[in-house]
Amino acid sequence: MLASYVPIVIFILVALSLPVVGLVVGRLIRPYKPHATKLMAYECGVDPEGDARDRFSIRFYIIAILFVVFEVETIFLFPWAIIYRRLALFGFIEMLVFLGILIVGYFYVWKKGALEWV
Amino acid sequence: MDINYTAILPEIMLSLVGICIMLLIPFVPRERQTHLGYLALAGIVLAFFGVAMGWGQTDLAFSEMIFQDDFGQFSKIFFLFVSTVILLISMNYLEQEKLFQGEFFVLLLFATVGMLFMATSADLIMTFLGLEVLSISTYILAGFKERERKSSEAAWKYFLLGAFSTAFLLYGIAFVYGATGSTKYLQIAEAIQASPDYSLILFVGLGLMMVGFGFKVALAPFHAWTPDVYEGAPIPITALLAVASKGAALLALVRILYQVFPDLSQQWQAILWPMAVMTMAIGNIAALTQSNIKRMLAYSSIAHAGYLLVGLTAHNPLATQGILFYLVAYAFMTLGALIVVQIVGRREEQHTTIEDYNGIGYRYPFLGIALSVFLISLAGIPATAGFMGKLFVFSAAVQSQMYGLVVIALVTSAIGLYYYLRVIVSMYMGEFKTEKIPITISMPLRIILTLLVLGTLYLGILPGSLLNLAEEAASF
Amino acid sequence: MVDITHYLVLSTIVFSIGVVGVLTRRNVIIILMSIELMLNSVNLNLVAFSDQLQDPSGQVFAIFVITVAAAEAAVGLGIIIALFRNKETVNVDEIDLMRG
Repeated sequence: MLASYVPIVIFILVALSLPVVGLVVGRLIRPYKPHATKLMAYECGVDPEGDARDRFSIRFYIIAILFVVFEVETIFLFPWAIIYRRLALFGFIEMLVFLGILIVGYFYVWKKGALEWV
Repeated sequence: MDINYTAILPEIMLSLVGICIMLLIPFVPRERQTHLGYLALAGIVLAFFGVAMGWGQTDLAFSEMIFQDDFGQFSKIFFLFVSTVILLISMNYLEQEKLFQGEFFVLLLFATVGMLFMATSADLIMTFLGLEVLSISTYILAGFKERERKSSEAAWKYFLLGAFSTAFLLYGIAFVYGATGSTKYLQIAEAIQASPDYSLILFVGLGLMMVGFGFKVALAPFHAWTPDVYEGAPIPITALLAVASKGAALLALVRILYQVFPDLSQQWQAILWPMAVMTMAIGNIAALTQSNIKRMLAYSSIAHAGYLLVGLTAHNPLATQGILFYLVAYAFMTLGALIVVQIVGRREEQHTTIEDYNGIGYRYPFLGIALSVFLISLAGIPATAGFMGKLFVFSAAVQSQMYGLVVIALVTSAIGLYYYLRVIVSMYMGEFKTEKIPITISMPLRIILTLLVLGTLYLGILPGSLLNLAEEAASF
Repeated sequence: MVDITHYLVLSTIVFSIGVVGVLTRRNVIIILMSIELMLNSVNLNLVAFSDQLQDPSGQVFAIFVITVAAAEAAVGLGIIIALFRNKETVNVDEIDLMRG
């Protein structure tokens, strides 16, 4: 019974060793020349402004909510794709209906201005 | 594959019209958004035609996902009727509160779709989806007055308890699936019948499912969210939650207990019996001390869920018939009472305490008579629909020899008399205060109220026709 | 081998963590996360039973649960945003306008 866990143990060991090896090797072979600009937090190349633990604009949440919904709905495409041949034309049309409904939702969100970054 | 579109024609109609309204919303100017309600009304009318096209057919459609039977058709007509009334009163309400957002109607239509699916589902997956379509729409609707704290709080509380209870329901469903190997109603019932040595998993599953439904129907001890949510939600949505949402969950529960778990009736009766007693007692006693009429009606709706539960516990054909009759009677009187509350509440629902009803009976005779009829019916006084409903439900319990339960039900309804009559007393005995904003009753509301009053009295005096329909529907 | 009881025990633990989280935490976002945890324990159960029974409907159910949970979380976050605009708090103890 315990034998069936061996692959998991190996997996955990490999997973742990990868970052450790990477960091240690990097530390050993890289040159070390600190500089004020280099030590600054990296924010897309722009000078960082304030703390990261700040209150975020509510816009972030709205975009995140929309992303979650539209992203998760695509899960239905996977089982459909697997038995696509068996479902034939009927399945194809049903999926078009489903995607059509999603597009209506997208269109609504877009027209309502939820995607505009003001 | 057995695709039978007539089995879900009403749902298709409602969804299509809902989607069309969504497409139109961005192009309709703000002040005209309430006109989209007429389009939604057209959708409901189409759905009625959809029901008519499948009338009298029995079938198990979509790979045993959807029942098409008399029980389903009865429920569909019931929910479409309730949605029509709520749509009409909400058009008035949105105009009055200046909430010009067509999304209200879309969500109302989607909520109706959820109810219809719950009442006709033949598979636990479908039941879950129907429940969620209904719940997610109503979470938003409860918080529709987004600028108002009370409404947002109501939405949050409803969402929290709703999602929490859904998780319990699902956990229960997962266990039932594990114990019986299917999610289809009829196959689960067969599997239970085939192996009478029930596993623990099955009992845990049934128990958790009943907790989930207990929250949705607002049965004690899972009722605590009800008064807050009913108070904070916009009045048409209070009506939707009190009548349609509760009704949909109850009818789904009827199907599940009577069709899926008939062999476990002893076990679930043992759970339902104390729940019914607690629900009736808590609902009626807590309603006594309320000063806000919306809260009072919330507790009254809990009490009525208790009476319906008496019928559910009885588990015989008469019980199903009684529950269906009672649900219609309850819809008439609760919708009516809440419409009066909406009219008296005026702008921003400022007048919702019972004191605001002082002297209204003489100043506005129409409202006085209407509310009196509804409250008398809710109290269960003879010659009203409420009395007949109680009579049928309780006699079903007597038929199953549940005398104790019936005695408790009668005692608690006697307590209920007090708080219903208190409102009537203050309407006719209280001193009328001069009001800043006079009460106005628009024509559509006047017509709806008149019809509901007549319906309440008609069902109370001549219950035969509805009872026959309910009898046909009660044979699964 | 790992049999069905292991999955059931795991899912029971995850479900209980979710329940305790909903009941004891005061931050609405964490409550939302706890509910997601409960739903995911359901998925675990469904998939485990589906595997044991060699019946795909449990997995189909799990897919529906995932999508509905996403929709529910979206609506929940929307409600929290509305609540925050009106009240400037994410603490459930301060959501107390209605009592009685």
